[in-house]
Amino acid sequence: MSYRKTSILKNIDWTLVCIFVVLVLFGWANIISATSNFETYEFLDFSGKAGKQFIWMGICTVFALVIINIESEFFIRTSVIQYIVTLILLVAVLVIGKKIGGARSWFSLGGLSLQPSEFAKPTTALALAWYLSRDSSKWKSLKARINSILLVGLPTGLIILQPDAGTVLIFAGFVFVLYREGLSGNVLILGFSSIILSVATVLFGVTKSSYPIVGDWSGIGWFWVGWLIIGSAILYMIREATVPRKRKSVTTWGSIVLIAGLIFSIGLHTGMDNVLKDHQKKRIHVLFGIDVDDPDADMNIRHAKAAIGSGGFSGKGWKNGTMTAGLFVPEQETDFIFCTVGEEWGFIGSFLVVVLFAVLILRVIFIAERQRSKFSRIYTYGVASILFMHFLVNIGMVLGLVPVIGIPLPFFSYGGSALLGFTFMLAVMLRLDADRFKMLR
Amino acid sequence: MKSSDLKRRSLVFSGIIILIAIIYIARLSHIQLISSDWSNYAAMLTEDRVRLYPDRGLFLDRNGELIVSNIASYDLLYKAKDAKELDTTAFAQLLGLEEEKLVKQLEKAAKYSKSKASVIVKQLNYLEYMNISKELYKYPGISSKTRSIRSNVAGVAGHLIGEYRETDRSDLDSDRFYKLGDYKGKSGLEAKYESELRGEHGARYHIVDIISNKKEIIEELDTMPKPGNDVTLTIDLELQRFAENLMEGKRGSVVAIEPSTGEILAMVSAPFYNADDLTGSKRGVVYDSLRTHPHKPLHNRAVRGTYRPGSIFKMVQGLIGLDEGVIKSHSIIECNREIIGCHGAHTADNLAQAITHSCNPYFREVMRRVVLQGEDANPLADASIGLEKWSERIKEFGFGTNLGGHLPGTRKGSVPSSEYYDGVYGKTHWGYSTIYSISIGEGELLTTPLQMANLACIIANRGSYVEPHAVRDIGGMGKPQNSYITHTISVDSHYFEPVIDAMQKVIEDESGTARRARVEGLKICGKTGTVQNKGKEDHSAFIAFAPRENPQIAISVYVEYSGHGGTWAAPIAGLLIEKYLTGEVNYEHRLDRILEFDLE
Repeated sequence: MSYRKTSILKNIDWTLVCIFVVLVLFGWANIISATSNFETYEFLDFSGKAGKQFIWMGICTVFALVIINIESEFFIRTSVIQYIVTLILLVAVLVIGKKIGGARSWFSLGGLSLQPSEFAKPTTALALAWYLSRDSSKWKSLKARINSILLVGLPTGLIILQPDAGTVLIFAGFVFVLYREGLSGNVLILGFSSIILSVATVLFGVTKSSYPIVGDWSGIGWFWVGWLIIGSAILYMIREATVPRKRKSVTTWGSIVLIAGLIFSIGLHTGMDNVLKDHQKKRIHVLFGIDVDDPDADMNIRHAKAAIGSGGFSGKGWKNGTMTAGLFVPEQETDFIFCTVGEEWGFIGSFLVVVLFAVLILRVIFIAERQRSKFSRIYTYGVASILFMHFLVNIGMVLGLVPVIGIPLPFFSYGGSALLGFTFMLAVMLRLDADRFKMLR
Repeated sequence: MKSSDLKRRSLVFSGIIILIAIIYIARLSHIQLISSDWSNYAAMLTEDRVRLYPDRGLFLDRNGELIVSNIASYDLLYKAKDAKELDTTAFAQLLGLEEEKLVKQLEKAAKYSKSKASVIVKQLNYLEYMNISKELYKYPGISSKTRSIRSNVAGVAGHLIGEYRETDRSDLDSDRFYKLGDYKGKSGLEAKYESELRGEHGARYHIVDIISNKKEIIEELDTMPKPGNDVTLTIDLELQRFAENLMEGKRGSVVAIEPSTGEILAMVSAPFYNADDLTGSKRGVVYDSLRTHPHKPLHNRAVRGTYRPGSIFKMVQGLIGLDEGVIKSHSIIECNREIIGCHGAHTADNLAQAITHSCNPYFREVMRRVVLQGEDANPLADASIGLEKWSERIKEFGFGTNLGGHLPGTRKGSVPSSEYYDGVYGKTHWGYSTIYSISIGEGELLTTPLQMANLACIIANRGSYVEPHAVRDIGGMGKPQNSYITHTISVDSHYFEPVIDAMQKVIEDESGTARRARVEGLKICGKTGTVQNKGKEDHSAFIAFAPRENPQIAISVYVEYSGHGGTWAAPIAGLLIEKYLTGEVNYEHRLDRILEFDLE
């Protein structure tokens, strides 16, 4: 018994544990500041948010120790059950959940609130790992592909119904897992290209221009004309440069790309014009720096940037942030916690947080790649993808580079469910990693 | 695909992570390190600046005596949100207002903003406020605010000093120094030296939260207001006060200048008003009554009143005649009364006699010789050329100019030119015979009392003057540099002596027209003028300087609709000169006569 324990402690990835602990503690320090105001400072007042978070940190520590001591086989075997339980919870929350901020995402148990979608992230990763690691599931087969997409799509669909756009975006991160397991790189390129094309469509869409015959209309028209002419010219040059026997396929595929892009852009433009509500359009316009002539439209993000910017190089010091104390930034203890980091710890602090997250995710990828078990590797990739999407969307949002979508910053944001979810995710990963020399599936 | 190829895909993912981290760090360095926009914006959001008002500079007289200082006044403010069950009947009674009017005002304030306090009663003075303040606690929603207003403690020179009152929209638009409800100098010296007097604002900073609650004071950012500069005037308070006493009940003006420096010693425009009546809660009523008064008390006659110069102008004609060489001081000209009338029993005069007797035909002839010098064979064209030259020489004496414009509101008056007459009669359709009335100071000539006092300075200085001004010192830095120019007239200085001889005789001779200005022991030189008004009493005008050698004071006095120059203007000037040079008044009978004279 004692032998086994030491062997596990020896094989635990302590680098990752250290980063995790540092992030949680630093996050807690910022929650204390963000939930204090000019007159009072909450420390271990357990009715306050900082106190509650402290209790959650205690619970998570115990929870992590318990999980580390469970055999890896257990997670592999129960992954399907966990996934099904998660689905049941996601359905249940739609029925008996508490509506907070327009979304039915929470179970209310006495004084405690639980968000099942936080647990859906690791359980979906486990289920995907279980499915793809079966010998019978070959990525090459269409059935396996469809099933994988269904596995991820099912919880995603239920979360859309809440609706919780942020968490849905996190599930999109599973594309990286599939990519690692054989999904064509073209899918990533296609995704990236559509983002670029979308940005161009929005930017051209708000300009005004005049046309022969038609008269005044959106400048997007010129963009479409240019797309076809310049696109055809480039296609022609590529065709001339390729060997004659491949020319036909270049022409075919190039034409498909050109026309598909045009249809995508036209669809997006008309869609944005007719389907989106004004406030949603404004959000998108604010993001692209288009003047929306409404001071309130981008107030949150302006205040967020002001808080970060006012931190300067070394920050105003812990609990000395005037933007934080004055409650200028909304939800500053949860989704916008990075503002408090920026204001009170300055460039040094925020730089450190960005680097720590990057190192954390890179470390998770490193761990994933050293797994001999396919299950462990796929699950660990899931963890990396989930963390990356959180990092990308949350910090991008407070820096004004990504639309305002409410998702927490892992380990930093106040909230028990999220902390518990991330702890579970990492603890399972650590245990799988510690067992990497065993023969697992 | 081989498993080693798939393994390489981890590098793609890692690369994306590193790329995103680099983008975010670049963005962070821009927001936090390079651009200061965001931290400025944060400062704007979190720091609430309370403006601290500086003390406005004082006005002092030439001896350092206080003329205008600052006093506290009290505004009453009303905040509709806090005013529950306000007893308007009792409140109106307390303020001494009609209830109906008060209720209307309160409704207007409530309509403007319920949660913002707006002013309902302006500028209560200390006594008014003390009476009200003990009762204010009974009226929720009513609060008071102190502001600094001006008080003319000496009670003099209201026209010169001008008004300090609330800014209007155009002030706020043109200068960001002012905020709504701020006061500034709006006329007179208050306006002219506004930038010196106003000082610099200070600030006290508070940290505020998103709903603008004040939280903490940030002392390190606070700045103290910088008080405005005191302005020391050239006015002699005692002389000014005495001049105002003398002009009480009359219409007209007094301008007294120190000839050697151009400093205004006293400047009165009558009727005048108590400057402090134009501040305080009753300003509107007082201003309206002044504005509609038939004698125009708001009109500053000393610099804005324009009169025909009359006989006084003959001295200028004589000086130009001498300098042009068309007469000598001993040249005798017959008093030919066929073309122009005259007064007195003389038949032929030299220059000094002509000035003393105020001989009209003499100066008609002098100007004729100046204008018609045979430059052109056609006498009409000759007159045109000659008048142009004459008018340039007249302007040298400061007529038709604003004398540097150092006194607010200064008018130029008018000196007719050839172009002017061309416009009236047509080119070469007029000759000297058309325009000769200007030779005796009548016709189209218009001058101000300030220009006439300046003429007295020119003669006292024997041919030069310093641009008249009213400011001696600003903030202990002395006179504004290079601003008061000395002008020298191109009339040779020795030509002045016969004129001055004559001026002395005007006062000292048994037959002089200004015997009433005579002061025993003082050599005063003067000249009366009588400005004719059709169908009404003449304006009484007089200029003088004294003593004859090393003159200390030059003066012009106008008393409208009162009679001959020697009757009223001369004795007033005499009393002022006596007071200024000897410090006392011994001619009590003369003083009583002036004080009793009331034109109202």
